Amino acid sequence: MKLLTVNFLTCAVKGCKGSAASFPLHFEDAELEQREIGYNPTFLSNILPRLDWDAITTTALELGFTNLPATKPDGSFETADEHKVMRDLHTLLMETEVVQGKMVCRNCGHAYQIKEGIANFLLPNHLV
Amino acid sequence: MDYLVRFVQLHESFRKAELEALADLYGINMDFLHYDQYTPHCIVRLPDENAARKIAARSILSKGIYELWGSGATYAELHQDVKHRTSNLWHLYRSSSFKFEIQAYQAKRSLAEQDALIQSFRYTGFEGPIQLKDPEQTFCIFEECQWGVKEPTQVYLGRLVTGSSRPILDTYTLKKRKYLSTTSMDSELALVTANLTHANPGKLFYDPFAGTGSFPIACAHFGAMAMGSDIDGRAVRGKHGVNTLTNFQQYHLVDRYLDGFIADLTHTPLRTARILDGIICDPPYGVREGLKVLGSKDGGKKKKEIHWIDGKAAHLQSHYIPPKKPYSFAAMLLDILEFGAVYLVDGGRLSLWMPTANDEEVELEMPMHPCLEIVSVCVQAFNKWSRRVLTYRRLRDEDVKENPPTRQAKQEEGSTANDLNSFRKRYFEGFKEPPPPMKEV
Ligand SMILES: [Zn+2]
Repeated sequence: MKLLTVNFLTCAVKGCKGSAASFPLHFEDAELEQREIGYNPTFLSNILPRLDWDAITTTALELGFTNLPATKPDGSFETADEHKVMRDLHTLLMETEVVQGKMVCRNCGHAYQIKEGIANFLLPNHLV
Repeated sequence: MDYLVRFVQLHESFRKAELEALADLYGINMDFLHYDQYTPHCIVRLPDENAARKIAARSILSKGIYELWGSGATYAELHQDVKHRTSNLWHLYRSSSFKFEIQAYQAKRSLAEQDALIQSFRYTGFEGPIQLKDPEQTFCIFEECQWGVKEPTQVYLGRLVTGSSRPILDTYTLKKRKYLSTTSMDSELALVTANLTHANPGKLFYDPFAGTGSFPIACAHFGAMAMGSDIDGRAVRGKHGVNTLTNFQQYHLVDRYLDGFIADLTHTPLRTARILDGIICDPPYGVREGLKVLGSKDGGKKKKEIHWIDGKAAHLQSHYIPPKKPYSFAAMLLDILEFGAVYLVDGGRLSLWMPTANDEEVELEMPMHPCLEIVSVCVQAFNKWSRRVLTYRRLRDEDVKENPPTRQAKQEEGSTANDLNSFRKRYFEGFKEPPPPMKEV
């Protein structure tokens, strides 16, 4: 699962949706893989306004990535500097995948399993 | 300028909707001057050749688009029209390599007849070499005939602008796809749906009933970033070394597969935000069980009583429906629309596949949501049943009216409902009548 996707995901429990503690989900025992895919600046700049930057920062720090810009880039890729920022974002959001591990909701404590890059958000009976 | 679109003569109720969706996607003003569901030829007015090329090059249900050089009920009328419309253009193509083709719909012409017809356009004065393979210009004579009548009822001459996306069907055919299930949407209609929903580079698309990924693949083909989920973990993970990801690999589209995960739409893990440009859904409704899961005889009547509170279906707020408990198809459709309203960006589109009628031949209502405006309704007919794809557009919040549009009002909005009614009439007559002969222009 790509880190971009992680930024769109929260706890599936209805009662958790309103709680600040449910987003982002927090990783435990995460195994990462880098997988190269085509650079897509059109997509990146379209999707940037929809990202929660604080959550990305939290996720990145948890997984050991520390060189994120403090504020959300504006999505332009005209200058060399801007281009590099977008490239780095591409590497982090599109090419970094969690292949194994858990994502935990800090509101209800439920842990969602990730196996072979696929996260399972089906809830056990007591949580639905 | 006027252009002739050469449609395929199948999936008729999708043809106009696909073209309109593409015109809308590219912000192109397009008027239908002539359209008849029983013929493959349609005349549209477009600002220029570039607009014609953009729209047709992406379409799946056309074979190509032609600059209209003339039309007529007879060849005498056609020649007159060609001279009137294009004598000022002939010099542009005087020395181009070229070829003439004849496409006779519901008729055949012998080679000698074809040659004579082509020769009858000699007055255009083309002097360039005749080249059958990749000529600079292709001119095409289109004939429409009634069954068994030799002389055509309508003839056209067109200059080819571009072919369509139809050749890609050979790439995406399910026959060559490695990971499949019995419910995989056929690739042709999956690609058409991606067009209806405006899949395009830079956009994020999601299918919450992704199965083996037919729709995400179609969206990725047109440049969108695709994400899918399914309540069935086996569908997402695949088996025997094949899965949705390997399908994307097969088509060299891995760069546009964001992710697949296991989830239930009624307990979506997506955070509540307007993050999606497009949603395509083909929710399960149990065809193989003879549509029996669609609900009781009076399911349709009950649904009319659904109340709307603050733009939300009341039952969504008051009830909780556990995922494994069977819940009515109608309730699921409203859940899907509510999902679309919550997650789509302004102008984002939702295409929803659903059966036309239940097992009692009672038409299932088209679900409505105050935040979603219906754009098109297309029907696919099978022998004993039919289904349709409803395409909606997410309104801007400031354009959302307080009361959702009633079904009555929607039915009066032009051709989509009419198409449906004529279809429904035929559906309930058991498709016994042969299609009527072609109408006159
Ligand atoms: Zn939770």
